[in-house]
Amino acid sequence: MTPIDPPLGLLAELTHRCPLRCPYCSNPLELSRAAAELDTETWARVFREAAALGVLQLHLSGGEPTVRRDLPDLVRHAEQAGLYTNLITSGVMTDAARFDALMQAGLDHVQLSVQDAEEASADRIGGYAGGHARKLAFAALARAAGLPLTLNAVVHRQNLDRLPALIDLALDLGAQRLEVAHVQYYGWALANRDALLPSLAQLQAATATVEAARARLRGRLVIDYVVPDYHAKRPKACMGGWGRMVLAVSPAGRILPCHAAESLPGLTFPNVRDTSLREAWERAEAFTRFRGTAWMPEPCRSCDRREQDWGGCRCQAFALTGDAAATDPACALSPHHALLDLAVAEAAEAGEAFTYREIGRAPARA
Amino acid sequence: MSAIPADAIPRLARGVKLREDAARGRWVVLAPERMFVPDEIALEVLRLLDGARSLDAVVEELAARFAAPREEIAADVAELLADLAARGIVTT
Repeated sequence: MTPIDPPLGLLAELTHRCPLRCPYCSNPLELSRAAAELDTETWARVFREAAALGVLQLHLSGGEPTVRRDLPDLVRHAEQAGLYTNLITSGVMTDAARFDALMQAGLDHVQLSVQDAEEASADRIGGYAGGHARKLAFAALARAAGLPLTLNAVVHRQNLDRLPALIDLALDLGAQRLEVAHVQYYGWALANRDALLPSLAQLQAATATVEAARARLRGRLVIDYVVPDYHAKRPKACMGGWGRMVLAVSPAGRILPCHAAESLPGLTFPNVRDTSLREAWERAEAFTRFRGTAWMPEPCRSCDRREQDWGGCRCQAFALTGDAAATDPACALSPHHALLDLAVAEAAEAGEAFTYREIGRAPARA
Repeated sequence: MSAIPADAIPRLARGVKLREDAARGRWVVLAPERMFVPDEIALEVLRLLDGARSLDAVVEELAARFAAPREEIAADVAELLADLAARGIVTT
């Protein structure tokens, strides 16, 4: 057997608690409650295990990671373990004193989400009144402290027309990077797909906007662009390939190949409470199941792109076809590809109402 | 690419870190949402950026260490640092 390369990144989902209620939240439908969360010492051990395994970058995420009162301690433990620390936050719970505590702990970078460039729409999408204004205040703290800032804008039908304003916002806030991420439709986002899917015309306009802005802002702002599957001809290399680049740990300690993997049936996920990250990465069936290319069905198995896109996304394959081992329907070679066109057509006729993300209120599965 | 003055003090930009990647037997430069693996020469230069040495001092040190002509080293280091500055890795 060829040796397995160690992971480069760890996504630590510290909590599922979050004051925002974004209808495209990437957390699973079944959200963990506070009592199930790992404690400080366990996370510190996980960070040390990650560094020893070969992880270089740590993404502190959630839910909203700043609801954890011990977040500065967690940043300090990560820093001492030698990890590069990236905080992924909504920014709405961090005042100047708490921000300063994070800086003292050695935080390296922050990724701040915004729901829209326009306040009323942003607060409606996030389901949290006053949230947008707090985010702007957070960005000002980051700028004043000289902390590298990435602005993350999840885009969809109801905010995509304001993409030029989102780019201006990133510049105004002093961000060095902007992530324009089209919604990925699993979990909560799948339940809200009809209200979120953009039209092809909207998507093409957005792509043109990004390309023009990249050229105009070279050297000032880096724009990362995550394209949507529903208008694609080939799937994305989800997670850079299953069990190849990154791993995730859920609030309750489950060790996952991706943050949405708990939606897949028939996989047992090891827990950091009784399994080391190395053991999970190298041996757990949950990681070996879709690693590499041997598991692939046709048309992936003989495709010359099989080591570029790694068959696409397992969660999307399961959500749309009922088979986690199927070719991602985002691929035009998938026998299920027409499902995506159908969804786009349905969404074009649908309304704008959201099912908001809330703990203990999972919608019926689509 | 604009040249860095000889008396400027180049250093890693905010949010950029040079780290040993022991699991893979190499050194890496870590930055927000990205990383790169410096070649041997870039690594030697990056290690000398301690926030105190000027570009001149970096060149001096390398010329002594490798017993190489100063002008040659100066040109190579200037080019390398200008490239790293353009990529947001190094600042002055």
